[in-house]
Amino acid sequence: MSSVIETRGITKDYVVGEMIVRALRGVDFEVTAGEFVAIMGASGSGKSTLMNVLGCLDKPTSGDYFLDGTDVSGLTRDQYADIRNQRLGFVFQTYNLLARTSALDNVELPLFYDHSSRIENPRASAIEALERVGLADRLDHEPNELSGGQQQRVAIARALVNRPAIILADEPTGNLDSRTSVDVMSVFQDLNDQGITILLVTHEPDIAEYTRRIIVMRDGRIVGDRPVHDRRNAKKNLEAMPDADDLYLKDDPTYEGLVRP
Amino acid sequence: MRRLRRLLRAATRSILKNRMRSLLTSLGVIIGVAAVIVMVGIGAGAQADVEAQISSLGVNSIIIFPERGHSANVSLAAGTQNKLTLDDARRVEEEATLLSGVSPVVRTNAQIVGGSGNWNTHVYGVSPAYLDIRAWKIASGELFTERDVRVKAKVALLGKTIVDELFDGEDPIGEQIRVGKTPFKVIGTLSEKGQSPWGSDYDDVVLVPVTTGLYRLAGGRYISMINVGARSLDESDAAIEEVTEILRNSHRLQPGEEDGFRIYSQADLMETATETQRVMTLLLGAVAAVSLIVGGIGIMNIMLVSVTERTREIGIRLAVGARSSDVLAQFLTESVVLSLIGGAIGTALAYTVTHILNNVVGMTTVVRPSVVFLAFGFAGAIGVFFGYYPARKAALLNPIDALRHE
Ligand SMILES: Nc1ncnc2c1ncn2[C@@H]1O[C@H](COP(=O)(O)OP(=O)(O)OP(=O)(O)O)[C@@H](O)[C@H]1O
Ligand SMILES: [Mg+2]
Repeated sequence: MSSVIETRGITKDYVVGEMIVRALRGVDFEVTAGEFVAIMGASGSGKSTLMNVLGCLDKPTSGDYFLDGTDVSGLTRDQYADIRNQRLGFVFQTYNLLARTSALDNVELPLFYDHSSRIENPRASAIEALERVGLADRLDHEPNELSGGQQQRVAIARALVNRPAIILADEPTGNLDSRTSVDVMSVFQDLNDQGITILLVTHEPDIAEYTRRIIVMRDGRIVGDRPVHDRRNAKKNLEAMPDADDLYLKDDPTYEGLVRP
Repeated sequence: MRRLRRLLRAATRSILKNRMRSLLTSLGVIIGVAAVIVMVGIGAGAQADVEAQISSLGVNSIIIFPERGHSANVSLAAGTQNKLTLDDARRVEEEATLLSGVSPVVRTNAQIVGGSGNWNTHVYGVSPAYLDIRAWKIASGELFTERDVRVKAKVALLGKTIVDELFDGEDPIGEQIRVGKTPFKVIGTLSEKGQSPWGSDYDDVVLVPVTTGLYRLAGGRYISMINVGARSLDESDAAIEEVTEILRNSHRLQPGEEDGFRIYSQADLMETATETQRVMTLLLGAVAAVSLIVGGIGIMNIMLVSVTERTREIGIRLAVGARSSDVLAQFLTESVVLSLIGGAIGTALAYTVTHILNNVVGMTTVVRPSVVFLAFGFAGAIGVFFGYYPARKAALLNPIDALRHE
């Protein structure tokens, strides 16, 4: 299989006052099409920095980054923008949705900037993307009218809508409770099953177990890289998981009488 | 075309989504535009008023004064050449070809007594041609004649203010008044002329035959000035040259010697007054410009306050693949639309205010389209600049830096 992502000796330095923070100190790794990779590591180990470079949101200080075999280091701002727009989808820990803007409009946003006009009917594509993340009934809701999990699904739908080959997600479940996290992971597993390459950053080992490969970073370098042999199935686990209110109400003596007459 | 429609739609959506910010932004433009138009309108109105007033005084009037302060020049025969006499006036009348009328003027101040009281006023000794030169009309009674001038008749014409002060507005014709100690008979009254552009009262005046004024009241040999009328405004300059020549001959001045008199034309005065008014219009305009700038600072504040939110929004747009030029076009469209709306409302407001000033308050305001365009353009430019400039800064950031903006 061909590699969709390949980095060689990527470094990233931040200059803070007199100090130079070396966030990445030479990252070499490869991701082939269809992989589902979790990136783990201590706080400050450079995970987000790496994701931003891979997502073309930031440029590395040195090193080469090949996306689908082409070196993107020398590209212009506009070409970078087009790569973000057409080939990558990015999901943030803090959702980053446009405020006071409906879920549908948020999801349609990337299509507004698609200079290739590959997609015939932006509105229909946006609705379809929202359906894929299970939010067909929330099209007109604005971010402040959605739960955290729902907002993250909108963000995932937005990352999907341009039919990217790769989705990058920086702690997509970082702000969600465990059940909703598994829920979001099931969305990612579906997408991966449909052939999309996914890289995600997480702190939680059991979330990483839903992927197929775990990379561990420390001090700006990759220090571990192993496949997940026994991938967990999010959908199955979700069914086995009790509802949060069930957990809470089970201890309540009046539970029977209250909820199910 | 399709792109423009999309941009306009996105701009309208963004404006409606941020109602408060949009309102405050356009408020700056509204106030700026309205202030400039109204202020300059008031200035231009005052100017038009003065112009109308001055031309009602007789546009072609030319006045020759003796020059003061030359008596120290001993080469002149005892300073007599600095004075004007009735003889000078007569020579001008006889020799000039470009004049519609000539009147010597003797000006004195006197206490007048008559009717129900007394009053201190200006008494002008003039010839009958004076009224035509000054575009002045008789309200009632009649003008004195050349014969009255010859015999130094003790007859007088009263201005409106005198009629009001001494006769409570009653018809004074045939009444006796005393000017100083000399008794006069009132033979006519003058129509109301109002205030001069410099604020003095034209109607506070008594007209008497020039000879009467000179010999019975002023008791001298010299007249105060000669007032002539040019046949037309175009001939005003030529007429001034002609009069200068005649008076130089009359005074037997050699080439190179100074005139000894000074000539003003109403056209010059009008220019001066118009100039003064123009300065005032400029001042009002400056005040208006200040309010425009204050409005601009308001706009800037709003835009800067929202810059964090905007920068993050721009970060999101960049992150999903907007090119910098996409974002710039979008924000430019948005601020242009906002400024246009603000400018249109401001213009409408200005027209309403000037309409009220004209018809309810009774002021004169003149709204010139050029000023409207200028105000519109300037306020629009401020609105666009401050809407666009912070957006531009954000759009040129790395997407990740824009997203992290605090
Ligand atoms: N914009 C920045 N300016 C300066 N230093 C930065 C910046 N962003 C990150 N760093 C530094 O780079 C290093 C790596 O940061 P990074 O955000 O990649 O860590 P991380 O692995 O994502 O951590 P976490 O798990 O807490 O999110 C840290 O030491 C951090 O202080
Ligand atoms: Mg991080």
